[in-house]
Amino acid sequence: MANVPVHEWTLLEAARRVREKEISSRELTGALLARIEALDPKVHAYITVLPEAAAAQAAACDEEQAKGALRGPFHGVPIGLKDIFCTRGVRTTCGSRILHDFIPPYDACVTEKVLAAGAVLTGKHNMDEFAMGSSTETSFFGPTRNPWDLSRIPGGSSGGTAAAVAAAMCFAGVGTDTGGSIRQPASLCGVVGVKPTYGRVSRYGMIAFASSLDQGGPITRTVADAAALLGVIAGYDRRDSTCVDIPVPDYLAAVERPVKGLRVGLPKEYYEGGGLSPEVRAALEKALKALTDQGAAVVEVSLPHTSFALSAYYLIAPAEASSNLARYDGVRYGYRAEGASGLIEMMSRTRAGGFGDEVKRRVMIGTYALSAGYYEAFYGKAQKVRTLIRDDFTKAFEAADVLLTPTAPTPAFRLGEKTDDPLTMYLSDIYTIPCNLAGIPGISVPCGFSAEGLPIGAQLLSKSFGEETLFAAAGAIERVLPLRRVAPLEG
Amino acid sequence: MPFETVIGLEVHAQLSTRSKIFCACSTAFGAVPNGNTCPVCTGMPGVLPVLNRKAVECTIRTALATSCAVQRKSVFARKNYFYPDLPKAYQISQYELPIALGGHVDIEVDGETKRIGITRIHMEEDAGKLVHEGEFAGAQASLADLNRCSVPLMEIVSEPDMRTPEEGGAYLRRLHDILVYLGVCDGNMEEGSFRCDANVSVRPVGQKAFGTKAELKNMNSFRNVEKALEYEIRRQVELIEDGGKVVQETRLWDANAGVTVSMRRKEEAHDYRYFPDPDLLPLIVDDSWVEELRKTIPELPAEKIARLERRYGIPRYDAGILASTRALADFFEASAAICGGNPKTTANECIHWKDAVLAGTLSPETIAHAVEDRERGTISATASKKLVELVLSTGKPFRTLRDEQGLTQISDTSALDILVDKILGASPKEVEGYRAGKVGLLSFFVGQVMKESRGKANPKVVQEVLKKKLGP
Amino acid sequence: MAITREEVLHVARLARLAMSDDEAGRLGGQLSAILDYVKQLDRLDTRDVVPTSHAVEKGTPMRDDVVEPFGDREAILANAPDRQSDFFRVPRIIED
Repeated sequence: MANVPVHEWTLLEAARRVREKEISSRELTGALLARIEALDPKVHAYITVLPEAAAAQAAACDEEQAKGALRGPFHGVPIGLKDIFCTRGVRTTCGSRILHDFIPPYDACVTEKVLAAGAVLTGKHNMDEFAMGSSTETSFFGPTRNPWDLSRIPGGSSGGTAAAVAAAMCFAGVGTDTGGSIRQPASLCGVVGVKPTYGRVSRYGMIAFASSLDQGGPITRTVADAAALLGVIAGYDRRDSTCVDIPVPDYLAAVERPVKGLRVGLPKEYYEGGGLSPEVRAALEKALKALTDQGAAVVEVSLPHTSFALSAYYLIAPAEASSNLARYDGVRYGYRAEGASGLIEMMSRTRAGGFGDEVKRRVMIGTYALSAGYYEAFYGKAQKVRTLIRDDFTKAFEAADVLLTPTAPTPAFRLGEKTDDPLTMYLSDIYTIPCNLAGIPGISVPCGFSAEGLPIGAQLLSKSFGEETLFAAAGAIERVLPLRRVAPLEG
Repeated sequence: MPFETVIGLEVHAQLSTRSKIFCACSTAFGAVPNGNTCPVCTGMPGVLPVLNRKAVECTIRTALATSCAVQRKSVFARKNYFYPDLPKAYQISQYELPIALGGHVDIEVDGETKRIGITRIHMEEDAGKLVHEGEFAGAQASLADLNRCSVPLMEIVSEPDMRTPEEGGAYLRRLHDILVYLGVCDGNMEEGSFRCDANVSVRPVGQKAFGTKAELKNMNSFRNVEKALEYEIRRQVELIEDGGKVVQETRLWDANAGVTVSMRRKEEAHDYRYFPDPDLLPLIVDDSWVEELRKTIPELPAEKIARLERRYGIPRYDAGILASTRALADFFEASAAICGGNPKTTANECIHWKDAVLAGTLSPETIAHAVEDRERGTISATASKKLVELVLSTGKPFRTLRDEQGLTQISDTSALDILVDKILGASPKEVEGYRAGKVGLLSFFVGQVMKESRGKANPKVVQEVLKKKLGP
Repeated sequence: MAITREEVLHVARLARLAMSDDEAGRLGGQLSAILDYVKQLDRLDTRDVVPTSHAVEKGTPMRDDVVEPFGDREAILANAPDRQSDFFRVPRIIED
């Protein structure tokens, strides 16, 4: 670790150095804030940066440590949160005009846990509006750029978090994933992203997009960092009825587990088809070799209903979203259109003016899919197909311990390249969506670069609550392919 | 053409829980506007509902008390619509899979028992209140108070089994009493904790198909429900007889004008887009829980009325009044247990003093003693009433006051002999008149004895003594 | 599957999204394309399939009937776009 710049340390490394008093939180935080100030005008990973609050928190951390008190495993370390997690007293916008000035009077559970672990909050990361998107281009606050190539998108919807981590503008971040929104940006930004099992992480205070699919999860530069951060944010929360009461294992310990004998399944449907770029395919082969070289076995499996997943998702997610976003009506908080003469006009103009096009599109699809006469044909049908997809995975996990697939079909595309046709954009999620529908966990770990130097990630999937297996497999890949994780972006 | 009426009633009952159904805010009435709120019940971004167990218990107990089948699995669904008193823009309710199905309530109208079916019972959350700023007609704005949001409600839907407004009233009253007996709802119609909407249609006698129904709202008392039904039935019959057609619509009862008025809102097809709420998992109710709750069901009004009638030999009507409030029936039984006298008298007394009984200012002992003393002739009816009033105002025991006030009635025949002799001696002309056949003079003598005794003589015994002395 | 402009406007009304006729036309085209795509689900026979209504297989947890006041009424009202003392103020409902 000789002469590794402070901002490039891993989360665990930074935490250790603060704990062992090699560096103060003030200094560490100061370095990060300076980097944010220098780089974020280019990258735009943040919607809200909190320099004063972060400095104050850092100072408090140092004082406590001087008295011998450490709050938790990340004491004094700067971490950022996607602007979808409510933060008490700090503006939380969800990337939308309709919440542009909303200041929550409560913290999300994830926020509470990250702060309880001693982290210093650097700020709130940019995101696709209401988490609807795969490129962070739908944010009301403007797009985030991929730190590896500023003319390209970082992925989405947690593009701000992935970019911030990749540009070393925080040591780690927490994003959310509904159809791939942690894994895909992690892949495109060359970092690690984990979508935990549905119910593993509390959704309390995490602004809802599609309630039965959303999960919060870590975005970090190493697998071990992700394991440590997941260990902090996971766990039972009685405020979330869908949160599962299962003990949180030692994820960090799983990272070093040998993968000898691990059965790695390759779902054939994910490798067929023309959409998968040859460079991605080649990088995946390297990832597979990394596993087999360490003793893993390969099995071919089939997930026969894969090609229907996108359709099921683009009915279920918008349907739930159309209901979750109905509360944004200008009555109790957020943006309200002016000059309306009556209530219906006020609500309609508020929502028309407060929501961007992608959100409106999905609200419309969702409303339609639930409406009288169409429920059975659309929403009802999609929920049945969802069962078929879940059953596919259950069957596959009889033959395999973990599935290896690409995360995204191509490396990062250019800004504006796919914004004209919604369907084309939706196709970026074909590999990540099925996992949300099934509720199982998934991780994306960097496994290569394209000829143009753009990151490529490999996705690993396991059965529910099999995160330890994911960390073991991802750790094994990382050991063989220790790729550069911080984008070469200078201030 | 003779018409038949078909009535179905929907009751929304606010459950008597301390906290709301999906959050821990207080349900207490009378807080400052928006004082009983939190991010969850005001639908802030990112919040989630958590179900109140007590609300489920209240509903299960209601289901058991109305012989419904408690569903082991029921599902909460979102009912989506926009309104300022609905913070999430959806109401969490139950739709396809409610918690209870298929029960009944037995009612009595004109001495006949009839069974009214209950289609379903489900749980849902209440909405807030919208008040209009200033004068309604010219109001520029409305003001939303979200205190009531998420207060637990139970919706009880009857089968369209009622055929007259009286049956409707009887069903409502009986259902109301059951809920109050169970302690699941305070049953206050005026304050809105027990609300009723009615569906009413008419059809020519003999026709199998139901006629078009109108939904009636805004009836805030049992009597108003009956009056609204009476009016609406008449309106529909007249409309049809005039060649018109009943329109399926919602009509509001205007109690002042005594008419129902069409809401005439552009019937924006209420497409509620129901779907299972993904934030709440299915409600699973196991057999052991149901059995545990079954044990907590008290004797219900119908059973109590029958038992009081049977056990105490009191008329059904009186039993009905006593049973209308559990506390009153319990008081009556406690009193009857102490009292050696006729339960019917005890019943009458309890009914007469109902308000004080329910206010808790009267003890069963007081009534028991009052009844006993009157039956023994120790005091007169008038004295009894006066004494109970004194008990209420002074708090002293009945018999203590009786003796203090010297209100003991003279029933002793030997004492009365002397009084009667005196009066008869002083009224020879009237005695002659009586013996000549003017039997009406008996009351004159009784009056005189009462006057002479300053009201203390027991008039019944006086009469007997007089008759004996005056002879046939 | 063509979704007509009228249908689009109807759905927009249900969703309280103000929309010009032009926007409705444009959106209609995009929605039709998406709905066309998702219709592929009809190819699957799902007659005997139970829908996944809930992502977790267990009964909903319940809480005790205990009051825990939020304790900060100001915070609930603080974000209101239009506040009148203790109330949220909204334009009146126009009956048409």
